[in-house]
Amino acid sequence: MIMYTEEQARAILEKVVALSKADECTATLAGSTEGNVRFALNNVSTSGVVSNVSLSVQVAYGKRVGTATINQFDDASLERVVRRAEELAKLAPENPEFMPALPKQDYESSKTFDDSIAAITPEYRAEVAKDSIDPCKAEKLIAAGFLNDSVGFTALANSNGNFAYQRATTLDYTCTVRTEDGSGSGWVGRNEDAVSKFDASEAIRTGIAKAKGSAGAKALEPGKYTVILEPAAAAGLISFMMFGFDARQADEGRSFLTKKGGGNKIGEKVFDSRVNMFSDPSHPGLAVVPWDGEGLPRDRVDIIKGGKVEQLRYSRYWAKLKEKDALGVPGNLVMTGGTKSTAELVASTARGVLVSRTWYIRLVDPQTMLLTGLTRDGTFYIEDGEIKYPIKNFRFNESPVIMLNNVEELGKPVRLSGDESPLLMMIPPMKLRDFTFTSLSDAV
Amino acid sequence: MHRRDFMILTGMGLGGLAVPRAFAQSVPAEVLGTRLDVAMKKALADTALAAANDAGASYCDVRIGRYLQQFVITREDKVQNVVNTESTGVGVRVLVNGTWGFSATSDLTDKGVAGAARQAAAIAKANSKNQTAPVQLAKTPGVGEVAWATPIRKNAMLVPIKEKVELLLDVNAAAMKAGADYVNTLMFLVNEQKYFASTDGSYIDQDVHRIWVPTSATAIDKKSGKFRTRDGISAPAGMGYEYLDGAAGDKVKLPGGVIGYGKTYDLREDAIAAARQAREKLTAPSVKPGKYDLVLDPSHLWLTIHESVGHPLELDRVLGYEANYAGTSFATLDKRKEKFQYGSDKVTLFADKTQPGSLGAVGYDDEGVKTRRWDLVKDGTLVNYQATRDQVHILGEDASHGCCYADSWSSVQFQRMANVSLAPGNKPLDAEAMIKDVENGIYIVGDGSFSIDQQRYNAQFGGQLFYEIKNGKITRMLEDVAYQIRTPEFWNSCVAVCDESDYRLNGSFFDGKGQPSQSSAVSHGSSTTRFNGVNVINTARSLG
Repeated sequence: MIMYTEEQARAILEKVVALSKADECTATLAGSTEGNVRFALNNVSTSGVVSNVSLSVQVAYGKRVGTATINQFDDASLERVVRRAEELAKLAPENPEFMPALPKQDYESSKTFDDSIAAITPEYRAEVAKDSIDPCKAEKLIAAGFLNDSVGFTALANSNGNFAYQRATTLDYTCTVRTEDGSGSGWVGRNEDAVSKFDASEAIRTGIAKAKGSAGAKALEPGKYTVILEPAAAAGLISFMMFGFDARQADEGRSFLTKKGGGNKIGEKVFDSRVNMFSDPSHPGLAVVPWDGEGLPRDRVDIIKGGKVEQLRYSRYWAKLKEKDALGVPGNLVMTGGTKSTAELVASTARGVLVSRTWYIRLVDPQTMLLTGLTRDGTFYIEDGEIKYPIKNFRFNESPVIMLNNVEELGKPVRLSGDESPLLMMIPPMKLRDFTFTSLSDAV
Repeated sequence: MHRRDFMILTGMGLGGLAVPRAFAQSVPAEVLGTRLDVAMKKALADTALAAANDAGASYCDVRIGRYLQQFVITREDKVQNVVNTESTGVGVRVLVNGTWGFSATSDLTDKGVAGAARQAAAIAKANSKNQTAPVQLAKTPGVGEVAWATPIRKNAMLVPIKEKVELLLDVNAAAMKAGADYVNTLMFLVNEQKYFASTDGSYIDQDVHRIWVPTSATAIDKKSGKFRTRDGISAPAGMGYEYLDGAAGDKVKLPGGVIGYGKTYDLREDAIAAARQAREKLTAPSVKPGKYDLVLDPSHLWLTIHESVGHPLELDRVLGYEANYAGTSFATLDKRKEKFQYGSDKVTLFADKTQPGSLGAVGYDDEGVKTRRWDLVKDGTLVNYQATRDQVHILGEDASHGCCYADSWSSVQFQRMANVSLAPGNKPLDAEAMIKDVENGIYIVGDGSFSIDQQRYNAQFGGQLFYEIKNGKITRMLEDVAYQIRTPEFWNSCVAVCDESDYRLNGSFFDGKGQPSQSSAVSHGSSTTRFNGVNVINTARSLG
């Protein structure tokens, strides 16, 4: 892949915008190289590197929009892609919700690029696999895991004079460790912004401890329990709920954030007063690109403050209609908490269930944000501040809205990436009362 | 995992449209009817194969792919977006020292593809140092230069945008007139132009088409703040635009006054029904939890088959290759040896990569294996799995099942689910007659919420329409229904399957698996089927 510098990207994008004869033009240039290693059954199964760069050109005549892309960047190709977008725009139906190209924006700076991640080699990835597999083999355990690193850039320019360029790297590691007889399973995940912060040999110890500790689980009756959700267990429910933080859905009357009688619940207390969430593209240790896919700036925004809904997402169209400010789609989510670790939360629990991780979470009822899913990779019974024994996994049917009204205590947030969420998150471990488990699962 | 993608696409997620990563490039309409030159593809493939050979590969396959997609996205009287996407490039997979390496590039020059082959070989070499179990590849005969295409009657990519937009807006207007407060209707089209070449001597050119037209109507009771949605019961299909013919002969009159659809679909008619039924749901009584006999329509049962049969019988999951993401399986190899009773003797489940109209139908899979049909569960007994070339020796077989798929030229191919279907019953039986025997049951149409554990034991499913059955008759609509199962108990509670005349396909357009995650499309067929004594829960909650 060619890693375009800001000057190179600007030169291409400005040339494209100047070529357009339409009422307006927005061009985006993005590229990345992703490397990965995947291992299972204590062996590397697949490994690869993929590069791609593309230029997307969107033009508009009035409210008619056309888009075309290309991955060649000589003058003739640039001219051709602009003309194609223009032809398509002339054929397209008018979009009554069309919003004109953004004026010039001021973006916050955020540190999303790390040289050490950009320098990762196939040999490094193979070492990570080895550092994960060898300790498991030594303990007669079976490792399956994945390391994915990427280096890329994104740049945009439009005919209203807006321009942005940013480089970014990512490093994401997960590993599942199972006992040979299949009676125990553990998991560990790490998402870091520098290679020095990641040590597979250290991380794998968590997976190993959970795998060994979860073997020989006893069955507990399903029902309502006090639970301690580790950050990885809570993140799935919370990130799912964030899909519902949309003003239009709520205003249209089809959301758990719809106000009775019309409108939405901005300003209303919906959660326990200790619940606070915000997004901030330049949050230390949690940096994301400071604009969204449309080029809207991602500013620091309080989403929930003192249990009150502070902000819902307004698209540009909905914001205009409702005379509100449009906000960039958040790239990260910080839920604040206290200072205690998961172990300290366990120590102060008389009787409860420790959940290491949740799995296959799906929406059952959008009216109440009722979600179903399962526990996995280490579920334990707690008595008198101690982990007594591993228990079989449960299916839960629980709404995060109800769950975040049943807060007993919040611990110290940790950085993680979601299984199925695009958000980078800081989520605390949390102790909650009356969490609803509806059935047992035999799965390990 | 397909529902999440759908939610994001329809803007039911955070609002804006986010096209999935693999579909990221947009192209103008005029290129949608064209194809890459076969001679050019063969020459590029030969260059890559030669470079891999020089780099020490014992095996190499090259996939030159051009992936076209079109999305038409509407709500009520508005077209939200029309997106044409194209992605072209080459993926090279090699075996060196018994270890896989993969590399992909969009640079379709001799230099580009040879470079990708060399990089794939370097990656394989780096990883082979720690390899203790070398890959064993089942022999696959070279087939020379061949071609296969989905047997479409009308290439949907070539139907003018105007015609599609008019259809969707007309459908939305009809649903609004029928009582919907909101309606979303989308059209997704896919054309995979895939060229496969390998050191076995195969050069396979395939042209694969798929279509999906989901619709969803929402009704709101402003007084109570209650809202309900009814999704369309269309099936995504491996067909052209003819899927939307909605021919009278393809319609099925189902119990409860519901219309089901076979080979083709009447979008307008179903959207009107969706609007009416969404409103009816607002006042339908909440289910009393307990044990019920369930009568499941094919538009619902496909997803239960997908989750509780299709996935657990994927050999890579069984072996542990998916332990870190999609999960493992309760249906371990020893269970096959012990003739595990997966279901009752009414249950025969088969895998089939050839079924016409299905999403998974291709001539050859993405490692050059000719596709076929085989049994997974025969008269209730577990008999086989779904495997690829590097796995099938574990089953004691010497030929791959043809289950290898990659969602893009830039993704490495791996084991994916074939179409997995429940064989129809032998005796004449339709849904009406089946219901006549049920004392206390629920008839379920359409798929809803779904979740299953990582070994595929404990699952929970919702639906679109629920009808109470009392003493052989449908009495009323119910709401807040979900059922929970333990997979083997559920399939062993199967007491009757309707006959072939009721057999219909449905499926998943976006089924996620793998790391990095890849999306595949797969169909599941069945006739209406009865399961006795299933645990039903009530999903209503109050936020106070």
